[in-house]
Amino acid sequence: MITALVPLVVLVPLIAAALTLVLGRRARPQRIVAALALTTVLAISIVLLIGVDQQGAVVVEAGNWPTPFGIVLVVDRLAALMLVVSSLVLLAVLVFSIGQGLADGDDETPVSIYYPTYLILTTGVMVAFVAGDLFNLYVGFEILLVASYVLITLGGTQARIRAGVTYVIVSLLSSILFLSAIGMIYGALGTVNLAQIADRMSELPIDVQIVLHVMLLVAFGIKAAVFPLSFWLPDSYPSAPAPVTAAFAGLLTKIGVYAIIRAETVIFPTPELNPALMVVALLTMVVGALGAVAQADIKRILSFTLVSHIGYMILGVALGTVAGTAAAIYYIVHHIVVQTTLFLAAGLVEREAGSTSITRIGGLLASAPLVAVLFFIPALSLGGIPPFSGFIGKLGLFEATAEQGDALAYVLIGAGALVSLLTLYALVRVWNLAFWRPAADVDGDESRLLRAVEEAPDSTATLAETRATPRLMTLSTVGMVIVGLSLTVFAGPLYGLADRAAQGLDGSSDYIELVLPGATTGEGE
Amino acid sequence: MTVSLVLVVIMAALIACGVYLLLERSLTRVVLGFLLIGNGVNLLILIMGGPAGFAPIYDENLDPAQYNDPLPQALILTAIVITFAVSAFLLALIYRSWRLANADDLTDDADDVALRDGTVAMPAEEVAFDADDTDFPAEASR
Repeated sequence: MITALVPLVVLVPLIAAALTLVLGRRARPQRIVAALALTTVLAISIVLLIGVDQQGAVVVEAGNWPTPFGIVLVVDRLAALMLVVSSLVLLAVLVFSIGQGLADGDDETPVSIYYPTYLILTTGVMVAFVAGDLFNLYVGFEILLVASYVLITLGGTQARIRAGVTYVIVSLLSSILFLSAIGMIYGALGTVNLAQIADRMSELPIDVQIVLHVMLLVAFGIKAAVFPLSFWLPDSYPSAPAPVTAAFAGLLTKIGVYAIIRAETVIFPTPELNPALMVVALLTMVVGALGAVAQADIKRILSFTLVSHIGYMILGVALGTVAGTAAAIYYIVHHIVVQTTLFLAAGLVEREAGSTSITRIGGLLASAPLVAVLFFIPALSLGGIPPFSGFIGKLGLFEATAEQGDALAYVLIGAGALVSLLTLYALVRVWNLAFWRPAADVDGDESRLLRAVEEAPDSTATLAETRATPRLMTLSTVGMVIVGLSLTVFAGPLYGLADRAAQGLDGSSDYIELVLPGATTGEGE
Repeated sequence: MTVSLVLVVIMAALIACGVYLLLERSLTRVVLGFLLIGNGVNLLILIMGGPAGFAPIYDENLDPAQYNDPLPQALILTAIVITFAVSAFLLALIYRSWRLANADDLTDDADDVALRDGTVAMPAEEVAFDADDTDFPAEASR
């Protein structure tokens, strides 16, 4: 019964995308269809998660083609958990963007394409999570990337085109690398099915394995924004519309991390590259945090902290232990929720103050206390202050790292603690300047709104600016903050789930047995 | 596995030229480079499918080993479609970029340039603090 639900997480947003495209310029039905579709996907994902957690993973053979030949969709605990979190975040961001009136009359955004593109992005995300073979994963990546190209250049202003060009070219490069890695793997092993690849990989000479491993890691590393492949991210994300940035920051890099987890646990469970990955994790954390400290724009600061916190997840994966993977999974869930919330809060700040540059805004605590609270709570969580979820995630990571017990592990724990301090410093700086500083202290204290009113009191642009922040925007941000807090409240069951998911990923044998029952190493088709 | 040397040489040439073009700042060249690399990688997958053979349509007189491997061809078809869509989007992007900036070059990020030149004014942070005042300064000043 539950197997019938798996294709639906892909089909529902895809069909809804077609519907919203047909509905064209009628914004209201478009919104209803999009919201309904994402709510359905969320409901299906929750059912899948409960079912998979109780009865074990689900394998679906698309079109009833037997496994090594057809396309398989695999939902294990990790995939189901990611489905739930990502559909929740996508829904919250959709509600936020409906509230922002992104699709209604805003001259920077064409009405008719926003919702279809957003739904196609959702489809790509879902395909990537349930993919049971490498090529399907590639197709999922491409679907979501092409949709993201459109979203990041939405409206086609000069700043967005400039940022979009960087983003598109870097993403293309990573796709090409991924595709050639798939070609090489097919040449070496004669299959693109993940389980079969895992089954046959150990027969290859170790040097060939390492070449394939590095190619996949580089391709996924660009998507996950791992240092030194991360420079495109802070360059391109901040210029997109606030809800788009929020969805990208929360989800897209995590899909890269998800692919890295799959590669490290299923295809290459051997530890050859783990020390190298740990060094990469260290550099990602430190360089990202230092970048965040140097910036003067909230969105850019958040983008750099995003890069630096990818390092924590890579650290968990690089340990190669069940505890490490479990900590990484919990950290991914925490980070998707918290980073999205922060970007949504930044969107609210932009709405209230007309800018996200901390040199130009101030006094938000007095003028918009709710926004201040909505920024403050996820900021503390990201900085790792107990009892928020960031603290729990980091604690789990450090414990798992300490188990390894060599010098590199302790260096990483030290760096991790330092980086969370730097993150906190960068975010407290935002707090002090944008929220706490009296508005009168801002140099050239003249808000955009004031200027607009003086110049043209009756123009529609001015009227739009003076309109209060739409309730839906605040509501969805409040919702995300509550979800973030519930990660603390329900940390026990959630961490237990992450732990069970990680145990299913301990070595590739479980996955192979699941997809190819009865297959043993050495036996081909 | 025997492979055609001609195909390997063409693939290498396509990818080499593609990488060269991709490193340029001019966007049109980047697109051309992307197209070349895309085709090079498609050839790579084709080569990985093994030696040439008969079309993989069932024929009882043929030994299964004589068929060509159909899976890489299916993969290539998918990849071609994706490349086609992306290059159409890229061309639109470049056209838009040309209309806006009247230049084909990749421009620098204004924020990056400002940071590098040190022209971003960092406000003094002690402004926000007043140790004697436990009240919020923002409210106190009203």
